[in-house]
Amino acid sequence: MRAWRYPAFWLTLGLVAAAGAVVFATRSATLREEMFLLLMFVTLASSLNILLGFTGYVNFGHIVFFGLGGYVGFYLMSQHGWPLWWATLAGGLASALLAWLLGAATLRLRGAYFALATIGVNEAVRAFVNNFRPFGGPTGMSLNFAVYRQYGGPANALWWTFGAMFGLTLLVILISYLVKFSRFGLGLMSIREDEDAAMVLGVRTPRLKTWAFVLSALFPGMVGVLFFFKNGNVEPGDAFRLQMSIEIIVMVMLGGSGTVLGPAIGSAAYERLRGYLLTSPIFKNLHLAFAGFLLLIIVLFVPAGLVGWMRSRLPKLRRVLE
Amino acid sequence: MTEQLLASLTDGLLLGFVYGLASMGLSLIWGVMRVINLAHGATMVLGMFATYLLFSAFGIHPYVALPIIVVLSLLFGFLVYATAVHRVINAPYLSTLLATFAVNMMIIGIGTAVFTTTPRNVDIPVGRIQAGPVTLLSTRLVATLIAVIVTAGLYLLLYRTRPGKAIRAVANNRAAARLMGISAFRTLALSFGLGTMLAAAAGALIATFFPFTILSGAGYQTKGFVICVLGGLGNPTGALIGGLILGALEGIIPVFMAVNWVPVIEFVLFVLILLVKPSGLLGAR
Repeated sequence: MRAWRYPAFWLTLGLVAAAGAVVFATRSATLREEMFLLLMFVTLASSLNILLGFTGYVNFGHIVFFGLGGYVGFYLMSQHGWPLWWATLAGGLASALLAWLLGAATLRLRGAYFALATIGVNEAVRAFVNNFRPFGGPTGMSLNFAVYRQYGGPANALWWTFGAMFGLTLLVILISYLVKFSRFGLGLMSIREDEDAAMVLGVRTPRLKTWAFVLSALFPGMVGVLFFFKNGNVEPGDAFRLQMSIEIIVMVMLGGSGTVLGPAIGSAAYERLRGYLLTSPIFKNLHLAFAGFLLLIIVLFVPAGLVGWMRSRLPKLRRVLE
Repeated sequence: MTEQLLASLTDGLLLGFVYGLASMGLSLIWGVMRVINLAHGATMVLGMFATYLLFSAFGIHPYVALPIIVVLSLLFGFLVYATAVHRVINAPYLSTLLATFAVNMMIIGIGTAVFTTTPRNVDIPVGRIQAGPVTLLSTRLVATLIAVIVTAGLYLLLYRTRPGKAIRAVANNRAAARLMGISAFRTLALSFGLGTMLAAAAGALIATFFPFTILSGAGYQTKGFVICVLGGLGNPTGALIGGLILGALEGIIPVFMAVNWVPVIEFVLFVLILLVKPSGLLGAR
């Protein structure tokens, strides 16, 4: 528990807390909607970072956990009338369980083979849900309007969802720091640097990798439930977009993988930029091409991301930029 | 039942040759430079659109257009390699995955802006040959023939020419090849160009059977991964055989169950093979 000694810990938590506080202070619905998406991407990117940044395993199927968790939670809410809180928890646990099962098998693969397997898992789960009757098949499911009554009407329900999202974002940042400065985190980073050497030195790599995978899957599962609850419906195309998996990787890379501040800043920056491109008349049709160009520039010239680049430039600020 | 099975099997196998052709490109690039080319599907779509444009704007028949597309795509491959891939070729594999994905995003982004996502098709007259219960479409037969010729050409290039020998040397050991005076940049650019060319050629052939949009590439690309893993990543012959296996599966499965279960089975098979034998069914060791 040394995390709280680092200024970076307070800086990142403070930034996220301020983002949420502004929304609650102004009570503005438009700001809330914007901030919901922003916090959602911060949570998704930070949770991916536990596997990608700390452990060095590239997961192209992070969105599977978002989709599957969302589906499980949504199913419980719409078919069995579960309240949002329990459904969110159940969605997260379902994703974590899937990660545990998958991890036992796929984490034996290394490098590009693991990355390929995650693409395969994403496609397999999407194709399965598309055909799975209880989840509504290709048309998905939608919520009955009456569901919102138990939260005091739809308007209140949206505030509750935002509050939950905000709490989840704070939690994922907190846990990322706790992991990063723990013995467990050191083990993960040793796997990232050289897995064979780590094994020789007595790091129990299979167990650590699996737990990192489970932890990284828990949050997107919960986020998925909140997102689809707010949306009111869920369908396979929205839930398992491979594109979105890769956008999350871009966010982590943009900010700097392996740091906690990086993914948070990267996802906020990418989300704002995408919002701007989508609405600007010149870039509206070219936003995907522009995002691709940005990604290429980062990969070729700033592979450590924004925070990583600043760390190497300003060694004195390293304790602040973790 | 047997008649239906025979008909759909033939159909699947003929399609499998073209899938195999596309996957050989993916497999060649992986085998030589250890890069998974995530722009592969987008390149196939470029091949499709090149065929479409040459046909609809200038009335050039797709088979006549093929040599033009082959040359253009080879050059395009060099360009992509030089600008996006060469700088990160020795970096961790995440960099090359993301670099090629960035190229993919740019192609699809610009393509969507120019062509929108409405479906297109290349409308050429199709002949039919009836052999018992099996109907053979002329487009499929010609495509199969072209796929076989291109494969043979690739083999001649790899095993009978100096650049081909250089490619094999670099695939075997890049550092040693450089010590022997082989230019790594030129050889890698050539391999990437050849891989891109195979993708575009396959795309051009697929354009003669199915309608397509600018987004069609993703589906073919994931099929390409399945095929490469079936045949062993980095093994071009394996890719062709993997293509035939996948084509046959796509032909046979719909006879027994609903057609939308096909992708479920394909991807479950894919993950299983990766887990049990990552070197592929036909891979060495």
